[in-house]
Amino acid sequence: MSALHDLTARDAAARVRRREVSATELTRAALSRITAVEPQVGAILTICEREALAAAEIIDRRVAAGEDPGLLAGVPVGLKDNICTAGIRTTASSRILEAFVPPYDATVAARLQQAGAVLVGKLNCDEFAMGSSTENAALGVTRNPWDPERVAGGSSGGSAAAVAAREVHASLGSDTGGSIRLPASFCGVVGMKPTYGRVSRYGVIAFASSLDQVGPLARDVGDAALVLQAIAGHDPADGTSSQRPVPSYVAALEGGVRGLRLGLPREYFVEGMQPDVEASVRAAVRTLEAQGATVEPVSLPHTEYAIATYYLITSAEASSNLARYDGVRYGLRAAGGGTLAEMYERSRAAGFGPEVKRRIMLGTYALSAGYYDAYYLKAQQVRTLIRRDFEQAFAHVDALIAPVAPSTAFRLGERVDDPLTMYLSDILTISLNLAGLPGISLPCGLDAAGLPIGLQLIGKAFDEATLLRIAAAYEAASDWTARSPIP
Amino acid sequence: MSAPWTLDGFEAVIGLEVHAELQTRSKIFCGCSATFGADPNTNVCPVCLGMPGVLPVLNRRVVEFAIRAGLATNCSIAPRSRFARKNYFYPDLPKGYQISMYEAPICVGGWLDLVVEDTPRRIGLTRIHMEEDTGKNIHDAHASGSLVDFNRSTVPLLEIVSEPDMRNPAEAGAYLRTLRSILQYLEICDGNMEEGSFRCDANVSVRPLGATTLGTKVEIKNMNSFRNVERAIAYELTRQVRATQTREAIVQETRLWDVDREETRSMRSKESAHDYRYFPEPDLQPLVIDAAWVDDIRAAMPELPEARCARFVRDHGLSVYDADVLTQRKDVADYFEAGIVAGASPKELANWITTELLRIVREQKLDEQLVIREWPLTPVQLARLSRLVEQGTVNRNTAKKLIPRLLGTGVDPETLVASEGLGQVSDRGALEQAVADVIARNPDQVAQFRAGKDKVLGFLVGQIMKATGGKANPQLVGELLRSALAG
Repeated sequence: MSALHDLTARDAAARVRRREVSATELTRAALSRITAVEPQVGAILTICEREALAAAEIIDRRVAAGEDPGLLAGVPVGLKDNICTAGIRTTASSRILEAFVPPYDATVAARLQQAGAVLVGKLNCDEFAMGSSTENAALGVTRNPWDPERVAGGSSGGSAAAVAAREVHASLGSDTGGSIRLPASFCGVVGMKPTYGRVSRYGVIAFASSLDQVGPLARDVGDAALVLQAIAGHDPADGTSSQRPVPSYVAALEGGVRGLRLGLPREYFVEGMQPDVEASVRAAVRTLEAQGATVEPVSLPHTEYAIATYYLITSAEASSNLARYDGVRYGLRAAGGGTLAEMYERSRAAGFGPEVKRRIMLGTYALSAGYYDAYYLKAQQVRTLIRRDFEQAFAHVDALIAPVAPSTAFRLGERVDDPLTMYLSDILTISLNLAGLPGISLPCGLDAAGLPIGLQLIGKAFDEATLLRIAAAYEAASDWTARSPIP
Repeated sequence: MSAPWTLDGFEAVIGLEVHAELQTRSKIFCGCSATFGADPNTNVCPVCLGMPGVLPVLNRRVVEFAIRAGLATNCSIAPRSRFARKNYFYPDLPKGYQISMYEAPICVGGWLDLVVEDTPRRIGLTRIHMEEDTGKNIHDAHASGSLVDFNRSTVPLLEIVSEPDMRNPAEAGAYLRTLRSILQYLEICDGNMEEGSFRCDANVSVRPLGATTLGTKVEIKNMNSFRNVERAIAYELTRQVRATQTREAIVQETRLWDVDREETRSMRSKESAHDYRYFPEPDLQPLVIDAAWVDDIRAAMPELPEARCARFVRDHGLSVYDADVLTQRKDVADYFEAGIVAGASPKELANWITTELLRIVREQKLDEQLVIREWPLTPVQLARLSRLVEQGTVNRNTAKKLIPRLLGTGVDPETLVASEGLGQVSDRGALEQAVADVIARNPDQVAQFRAGKDKVLGFLVGQIMKATGGKANPQLVGELLRSALAG
């Protein structure tokens, strides 16, 4: 029998429900795995040992009493540290919230808990989820479990690395422009960005409110479906969450791809793409064709404007969302007296890192009187065109298939001084955030250096089920998921 | 039209912005109580404190109140409107932005009909929109710094903006009184200016008589009564004319009314004004209002003060003045009609209400309530009392003296009169005896009267009233005394 920390989430939960293993045993196994590998990964900002063991004990008592503790009974999980957890510090990887302990749970945290999951750690990310490598993180460095000299991707780098390193069985990340899919791809795990409005944003520290969406990172497609099932659905505390009923994602895994039409967006095979990335993705396309899917080229003609549009809109929203970190009520307040303006300036200067400051300035500028029409408003218009591109493509096909990123994981420090190159890491992921659509990243190969390559599937709004069905079919026909880089 | 304000060939142009705090049970974007006067920071939650990750959820009742206000002021209700963020830093603004409406308000293009100095005036309404209130900074409670009370944070407000249609300070006063009366009729705002639940800013400019363009406007703030609004506007108009005459430029600025020095003082100029960087609030969906809902609200609208006043004149034969006093508050008008049902004659009851009841209401500060539900004197009591006087059972003075004994008791005045023998003495024989006694005891005064000093009669009547314990019918006493003295 493999080690407990190697089990998939659904296998672990099934064993807990069958009383073959206790939640406490699973939790202790996760904690000892963390102790063993965390020094070389650095995925976790806060290890919640005491709370986790207490939660596991409650699950075990419920199982003993004959209750069903839920889909994720006793499964150790981690949350990106921009997801608020009552009584457990939540930092968004920022100095300004380094000591912040929320008195409330994010809806997704509460839903995982209601499904029986056990929170063992809060996971590192780029500060306020702004970044593609988890290097804009004020409180620690996360290394790629496949190569400690490489980034884990970002911004949900800790969420991907912790799953890849088998410190947790599954995790949640948030995806504003690729922040789940890119690190999932770099770390060789499955990551899903659901449709905007499918999962509650309540209690998730906002970066860009009109794009942010929480989703699962997992060892395989089945686990991703299970975790999504636990968190999806309307939340009265989030006015942008959808009232649509949630289908069974687990049931959707069975369908196969026969008769499905897949579109290959020609703009997503960009110049300068790493050749083995393109080769692996094209091989994956052939695998799906062999399973009975049909593939046709499609065009998303406004793709080239996506990065500019994305940075205008997200920075504008962020400049407003981050105004609340002013040192008045919670978070860092710079020492020393002075005027109100000085307190604001010094607290924010000391509390925010350089990338966050860059985006606040960019966003403030884009919303300023006299510039609003040329920047923010124009970006919203282009956003509409980008959304229409997808609508037109989806008139012909059921899903799109593409790489996640032009390259595999790059070296730590390689792009930190070059924000524009860093921004290009998201070129294949941000368009669907602008359109609010769901996307999934799953492993489809290793490059020459032995680093994971990600395959991206993009779906129609609220059609996560079809994405999971295609991903499951590919996974069954290939051999790339559930590999562990660290024995 | 009432006489416009003019000075040395200049006329006044006045527009008003009213902020009305809505009397909903809970706040506009969270479930906290919106009631006034709780201990500091007790009506608060993560949402109205602007904690990380929290989201606003729109209170449907606030929308209903806004629609009521719009319908009562002849506005169109926008089928689709949108909240926006107004960004600025201040400690009483926990998110660093206020959720308001900007480009797409809920109500547009209405008007208000006023009567100013007996002539009708129609004042245009530009828009009505919903927004959240801020907290309150407290500077003198703590030696080492300022404190903030967030109870008021996120309490719903309507901002009601007029066209620059008013031409003298009295019109501004009449506009505010009419608007307040309407909001009180709608039972959506208590209209208390001193406590700040009905606040007014004035935009004031002057221009040469006959000009059609607008002069440079100045915004006046800090006026906490109708009287102050009129005085501040009058002061500012004169200041602007004098400044124009001395070729001093009028700058677009905000000025504060200093109630002690009776002048306006510059607060900030346009150059130092905030750039609020408005943009659509991404945390709230565009507000789509169903026409059927508007129809339901319209069908349930109460009769408004203007219509009710006209009806009181027509149906009850009241003077316009009395009808206006009785209909300014809906609860008072309801009281009047309940008294009529209980059998009082309209004119007599109107007198009792305007002289006695409203004095007690003011003394007991009941007029600070949005709706007076517990009257110190019930409509039935006052109607009975009024009838006792009309029927000659008690005289008016006795009746007035009974009021303090009836307050808060619910006792039928007729029972009190009977049990205490307070009925008016109209027995001719008994009164003739009293008249004769008084004439006999006051020979000097009798002689003076006969010498032509008519004033002495009042003294003699007073002596007779005293001798009868105040119960004598005063008309009959006068009649008997005159005939006795003439005899």
